[in-house]
Amino acid sequence: MLGYIIRRVLAVVPVMVIVALFVFLMLRLTPGDPAAILAGDSATPAQLDRIRENLGLNEPLHTQFIGWVTQMFRGDLGVSLISKTPVSTMIGQRIWPTLNIAVLTITLSVLIAIPMGVIAAWRHRSWVDYAVMTFSVLGFSVPVFVIGYVFIQIFAIELRWFPVQGYMAPSRDFVGFLQRAVLPAFTLATIYVALIARMTRASMLDVLGEDYVRTARAKGLRENVVLFRHALRNAAVPIMTIIGTGFALLIAGVVVTESVFNIPGVGRLTVDAILARDYPVIQAMILLTAGLYVLVNLVIDISYTLIDPRIRY
Amino acid sequence: MSKPIPTNAGAKIAKWQGGLAVAMVGALSLPAMAQTDADTITAVMHSGLRVLDPIITTAHITRNHGYMIYDVLLASDEEFNPQPQMADWEVSDDGLVYTFRLREGLTFHDGEPVTAADVVASLQRWGERDSGGQLIFDVTESLEASDDRTVTWTLSEPFAPLVEVLAKQSAVPPFIMPARIAETSADSSISEHIGSGPFRFVEEEYEPGVSVTYERFEDYVPREEEPSWMAGGKVVNVERVVWTTMPDAQTAVNALSAGEIDYIEQVQVDLLPILESNPDVVVETRDPYGYQTMGRLNFKHPPFDDKQIRQAALMALNQEDVLAAMMGDPEHYEVCGAIFGCNTPLADDTGSETLTGGGDPEGARQLLEEAGYDGTPVVLMQPTDVSSLTAQPVVAAQALRNAGFEVDMQPMDWQTLVNRRASMSAPDDGGWNIFFTNWMVPEITSPLISVMLNGRGEEGWFGWPEDERLEELRAEFIAAESLEEQQEVARKLQAHTLDEVIYIPLGQYNMPQARRDNLTDMIPSPVPVFWNVQKQ
Repeated sequence: MLGYIIRRVLAVVPVMVIVALFVFLMLRLTPGDPAAILAGDSATPAQLDRIRENLGLNEPLHTQFIGWVTQMFRGDLGVSLISKTPVSTMIGQRIWPTLNIAVLTITLSVLIAIPMGVIAAWRHRSWVDYAVMTFSVLGFSVPVFVIGYVFIQIFAIELRWFPVQGYMAPSRDFVGFLQRAVLPAFTLATIYVALIARMTRASMLDVLGEDYVRTARAKGLRENVVLFRHALRNAAVPIMTIIGTGFALLIAGVVVTESVFNIPGVGRLTVDAILARDYPVIQAMILLTAGLYVLVNLVIDISYTLIDPRIRY
Repeated sequence: MSKPIPTNAGAKIAKWQGGLAVAMVGALSLPAMAQTDADTITAVMHSGLRVLDPIITTAHITRNHGYMIYDVLLASDEEFNPQPQMADWEVSDDGLVYTFRLREGLTFHDGEPVTAADVVASLQRWGERDSGGQLIFDVTESLEASDDRTVTWTLSEPFAPLVEVLAKQSAVPPFIMPARIAETSADSSISEHIGSGPFRFVEEEYEPGVSVTYERFEDYVPREEEPSWMAGGKVVNVERVVWTTMPDAQTAVNALSAGEIDYIEQVQVDLLPILESNPDVVVETRDPYGYQTMGRLNFKHPPFDDKQIRQAALMALNQEDVLAAMMGDPEHYEVCGAIFGCNTPLADDTGSETLTGGGDPEGARQLLEEAGYDGTPVVLMQPTDVSSLTAQPVVAAQALRNAGFEVDMQPMDWQTLVNRRASMSAPDDGGWNIFFTNWMVPEITSPLISVMLNGRGEEGWFGWPEDERLEELRAEFIAAESLEEQQEVARKLQAHTLDEVIYIPLGQYNMPQARRDNLTDMIPSPVPVFWNVQKQ
C-alpha cells in the first residue's frame, strides 16, 4: 500500500511538468498583454514597451520558462504582474472561502443525497422514487446562477433570513460564516445532491437485488441496518468517486456561484487573472488545480480499500 | 424481485432531515443582520482595485484610490478652475517662474512631514508618465526645493496652462508621495503606499481585486474652504471606507436594497427600476459630465490612411443610434459633437453636423466613390466582455456597411483588443482599422489632457496620426493666456480634428450612482470621493 502511494505521488511529477509547460506556452501564445492592463488606456506604445521590459516580458520565452520553473522549485510562486502581491499571499487569501464553502456544500450534499438515493432505491418505482428522480433531473438541469438568484430573492430579500451576499471567515465569526455560506452552499448542493442521489440510487438498486441482502433480511435484521450497513457499504465505491471528483470540481470551478454570492474565492481569482493576463497567478492556479485533481484521485483510490477490503493495491 | 419489508426507516430519515433544516434556519436567521456598521461606508466601485500605483496607470479605479490616500498640490473646482490644495502658487511676470508654497500641517501617513523635496520627486516621476506633464518638462529649466516648504519651477519658455495641468483630475493627477517612494522608476510600480491624503490605506486588509479598506487619517488638516469637486476642505466624517468588488451587478443591486452595502458607484441602466422602487435608496447622477464614447481610426493603413475615406466613415455614423443602443433611456445620454465634451469651457461643435444630425450615409457613399474606395475591408475590433463597449462596434459596423464600406467585425476580449491596437502591422496581419473606447469627460476637456489629440505619429496614441497642424495648434493653445484665447484655439482644434477625423466623438452618456438614503452630503464630482459625506 505504502509503495503504491509513493508510486502514485512520484507519478505526479511528470504530470505537473507537462501541465506547467503546456500552460506556460498557452498563455504566451494567447493574445493580450499584462503591461497594457497595468498602464491603462492612455499609455502610448513606447510607455507600454518600457513597462513590458521592466516586467521581464521581453525576455526570450525559454529564459522566462526556466526562470519560472527555478522559482517554483524554490517554493516561490512569484509575484502578480498587476498588483505586485506575492501569488502565494493571493492564493492564501482566496483558497479558504472556496475550501470552506466546498466542505459545507459536500457535507450538505452527502447528508441529503445519500438518504434520498437510498430511499428512492428502497421505494423503487414508488412516488418517492419518482420525486427523487424529478428533483435530480431538475437540480442537474437548472443553471446554478438561476438557483442562486431564486434563493436570494426568497430567503434573503423576501424572508430576510440570510444576507444577500458576502463571506465571513469562520475563525472570525462562525455564526456569521454560516449565515453567509448557507445560501451559496445550498445553491451548489442542488447539483451535487442531484448527482449523488442519482448515483446512490442506481448503485443501491444493483446491490438490493443481491443474495446477501435477501439473506440479511431473512436473518431478521432491521431494515435500516440492511440498507445502511450491508447494502450502502457495498454500493459505496461509485458514490465515493462521484463525491471526490465533485469536491475537486467545487474547488476549481464555482466561479459563477462565487460571483452571484460575492465570495472572494479562487474561481474568481483565476478568471480575473486570465482577463488581466496575470501570468504568474494563472500558472500557479492551473498547477494547483492539476495537483488537487491528482491528490483527490489518490484519496479516492485509497478510500476504496477502506470501503471494500477486496480491493488491494 | 421481492418487495422490501416496510419499516419506519424512511420516515425516520425524512424527519431527521426536516429537523436539521428547521434548526439551521432558526439558528442562523438572526434579525437585522443586514445593517452595515455606522462608522463604515461600504461601497461597490466600478471595478476591483489591482494596481496601487496611481502614476504608472491611468485606470480610473487607481486614480480614485490615489485621491483617497494622496493629496495634490492644486485641484480643480467644479468650474474647472485650479485652486490651492497642498500649496498656494505665484507666477513671475514673465510667466517663467512658478513658486509653490506648501501649507502648514501636511503630514504623511508614516508621521513624516511633507517637504518640498517630496513634491519635487513626485512631480518628476509624474512628468515621465503623464502626457501633459511631459509637455511641461519639455520646457522646464529647473524644478527644485528652495527650502523645506517652497518649490520653484523655472521654465525656458512660458507655459500658460501649467496650473491647469497640475490641477487636472484625470488621467494622471500629480499625487504627492514621499521622495523615497517617488524615486521608483516611472515604469515600475511602487511598493509602499504612503500618502498625505485624508485616508490611510490599510495594507493588511487589502485583497487585490476584492476589497480595499481605508481608515480616516487622524492627522490630516483639511483646508477651510467649502469642498468643490477635488478642491476645498476634505473633511472626513466616517472612520472607515471599504471598497468591495462585486462582479455581478445584480448582486450589488440586491445588496444595496437589503442595506448590506451603502453605495454603488455605477448602476447598469437596466437594473435601475429595482433600485428606484426602493424608498431607502437614492438613485442620482453624481457627475454632471459623464463619459464620451468615441471611435479611433488607424492612419497607418488603408483604407483610413486616406482623408476622404476617413471623412466618409465619420459621415456614415449617427450618434443617436450608437447612444440609444448603448444606454436605451435618453435620460442617460446626450448627443454631443464637441471633442472637448459638451458644457465644458472649450466646448464647440464645429464639423459635427452629420454625427449629431442623424448621419449621412448617402453623402458618405458619394465620398467613398470620389475617393476611389476599392473595397478594402475595414477591420473593426469588437470587445465582447466590457458592457459599456459592446454596442458601439455593432451599430458602427452596420452604419459603415450602409455607406458602402466592407466591414470585417472581429469579436475579441478587451485584453486582446488592447494588445492588438498597439500593433502597427497591416490589418490582415494582426493589425486593425477601427476600435471604440470611452473617456471620462474631464479626460478630454483640453488638448493638453486628451491623448487622442497628438499628431506625433508613432510617438502618439494608437492610430498614430502624423499631423503637423495639430501639433501647431497644441503649441498655440499652450501660448494662449486667457480663456477667450484658449477658446479661440479650441475652435480651430475642433474643426481640424473632425476635418482630419483624428477621432470620431460618438456622444456623451452618464452612469447613475445609487446610495442608501442615510448617506448624505456626497460631493457631485466626476471622481467619487468619500470626504464630506455623512453616514446618519
